[in-house]
Amino acid sequence: MNRPEDSRPVGQRGPEIVVAAVLAVLALLVIKDSLRVGTGWGDDGPRSGYFPFYIGSMLLGASAWILLRQVLTWATTKAVFAERSQIASVFSVLWPMVVHVALIAPLGIYLASVLLIAWFMRRHGKYRAAPTAAVALGVPLLFFLIFERWFLVPLPKGPLERLLGF
Amino acid sequence: MHGFSVALTLQNLGFMAVGIVLGVLIGVLPGLGGANGVAILLPLTFSMNPTSAIIMLSCIYWGALFGGAITSILFNIPGEPWSVATTFDGHPMAQQGKAAQALTAAFTSSFVGALFAVMLITFLAPLLARFALKFGPAEFFAVQLLTFCSFVGMSKEPAAKTIASMMLGFALAAVGMDTVTGQLRMTYGVTELLKGFDFLIAVIGLFGIGEILLTMEEGLAFKGRSARITSRAVWDTWTDIFKYWRTFLRSTAVGCWMGITPGGATPASFMSYGLARRLSKNPQAFGKGEIQGVIAPETAAHAAGTAALLPMLTLGIPGSPTAAVLLGGLLIWGLQPGPMLFIEQKDFVWGLIASMYIGNLVGLIVVLTTVPWWAAILRIPFAVIAPVIIFVCAIGAYTVHSSMFDVVMMLVFGVAGYFFKKLKYPLAPLVLALVLGDMAEASFRQAMLLSQGSLSIFWANPLVGSIAGLALVLLLWPLVGVAQSHYRAREGRA
Repeated sequence: MNRPEDSRPVGQRGPEIVVAAVLAVLALLVIKDSLRVGTGWGDDGPRSGYFPFYIGSMLLGASAWILLRQVLTWATTKAVFAERSQIASVFSVLWPMVVHVALIAPLGIYLASVLLIAWFMRRHGKYRAAPTAAVALGVPLLFFLIFERWFLVPLPKGPLERLLGF
Repeated sequence: MHGFSVALTLQNLGFMAVGIVLGVLIGVLPGLGGANGVAILLPLTFSMNPTSAIIMLSCIYWGALFGGAITSILFNIPGEPWSVATTFDGHPMAQQGKAAQALTAAFTSSFVGALFAVMLITFLAPLLARFALKFGPAEFFAVQLLTFCSFVGMSKEPAAKTIASMMLGFALAAVGMDTVTGQLRMTYGVTELLKGFDFLIAVIGLFGIGEILLTMEEGLAFKGRSARITSRAVWDTWTDIFKYWRTFLRSTAVGCWMGITPGGATPASFMSYGLARRLSKNPQAFGKGEIQGVIAPETAAHAAGTAALLPMLTLGIPGSPTAAVLLGGLLIWGLQPGPMLFIEQKDFVWGLIASMYIGNLVGLIVVLTTVPWWAAILRIPFAVIAPVIIFVCAIGAYTVHSSMFDVVMMLVFGVAGYFFKKLKYPLAPLVLALVLGDMAEASFRQAMLLSQGSLSIFWANPLVGSIAGLALVLLLWPLVGVAQSHYRAREGRA
């Protein structure tokens, strides 16, 4: 069904079911842990699970309602979630974000952001090397001055900053 | 009058201007909000005298309130939770090329809301403080219930999705250490979850990252328009918007009420927006660029943000997160907030109140004149601005608790935000529930403790009864509409 050459748009039904199911699972996690810490009345008043238990139950009820409605109207739902090309472009920006966040720990946020900005400008903006380098180096440098120097907020730094003595 | 002579020194005016500009910058940058912006800058003011320091810090707060509107309208990214409601109509206006009108309306409404709230503080402070003193946990919870019921009753989205989104917010707020018993909840052994989910992370992810993903899906263009505010546009908007004086008055009333009873600016803006839509002659126009949809939340948010300082000063109970940070500052300077402050520190109190009048006027002038400057960001192509926003979002998420886990959560919230928006789950109740979750739970449990588990405490006296009753009316409001049309249909057939 999901062959790559498939160009039909993705329907709304699948994502609708998945999101409601995820919410239902979260609700079950909330209820399970509420039961663990106790939903009743302790010596000193309501126990820790007292309030979350109702929250979890209502979340479960709401997601079950959404699921049920979707199943009941399964045959008649024709709504489109997105075109496949659109989903492809969402992924083309999502994976660099994931890589960026993954690189913050080893490289520091500034160097990771230099790479992110440079990649975006080359790949999506088709900029030449000179403006790309100017923005990709200039913006993190500016933020470095704002946060490390003026606001004195330390951000994650990597080997490059250590090499320069920060 | 004495207060003005304190506030109007050249030095304090300078601090005001610096505070406003910093505040707008903080408000414009998504993720750097009023509360953590003030918190970051608090240590820098310890060397100043307390009056100047609190004037500068409160001006940062005004600046952030103004600045939040800029990103909401131009980028559809609310810089602050209370400007979420401003995006509903402000952003469509910008898409239609009416960004200047939307911004002028937002700034003017903010100014009007704040002005009324400061007048309220000036004249009614003792009276209203005595009223809020009567509030017990049951009343607090009833006010919060009112806010959340109005969401379900007034939302355009399906009720089940509104409730699901709201409950998800409450559930996320409950994660971590239980503030009453110290018990760990829903952490499932993950140490990063001990401190729970911060609403700032959720806001940055849901709105910042989610919006970038949505923009990417729709092609590489921010759906904003350039926003040069000409004096002509300002004048035209001014002559136009004052015919909505009813909206102004109503929103100011909602804002002041929610600010004093610690509902805060965020629920105030939503309630005011909901009321404006409900009472409008053409509610369908809301969400598509109706100017009243900008006026109502901005007036209420600013009125509430200002009024929130009243219980903080008179009772020592902060009405908003930022007011709580300011309260922390007062204590560090050795000033004990409470009724005694008005007797022992006259200079300080009246200097601060006078600075609210002047600070908001300075703020209005600063934002109206510098908005092209802030909005110039819009003319930068998406391929450049998108990675910079991702960078800023990552910084914002990291600085909340200096934790990499928060940055990862920001991405998760971003993906969730994308799906929620596509599937028409409303995001605002989620954020609001996350912000107010702990407060709502604490007041509910205290109320239950007082009544030994009986719900009857919510109609035990006329005050709490009328608030709780109003909440139920708002919750069941859509059913009234359904019943009415059903009844009419039957009558038509008969």
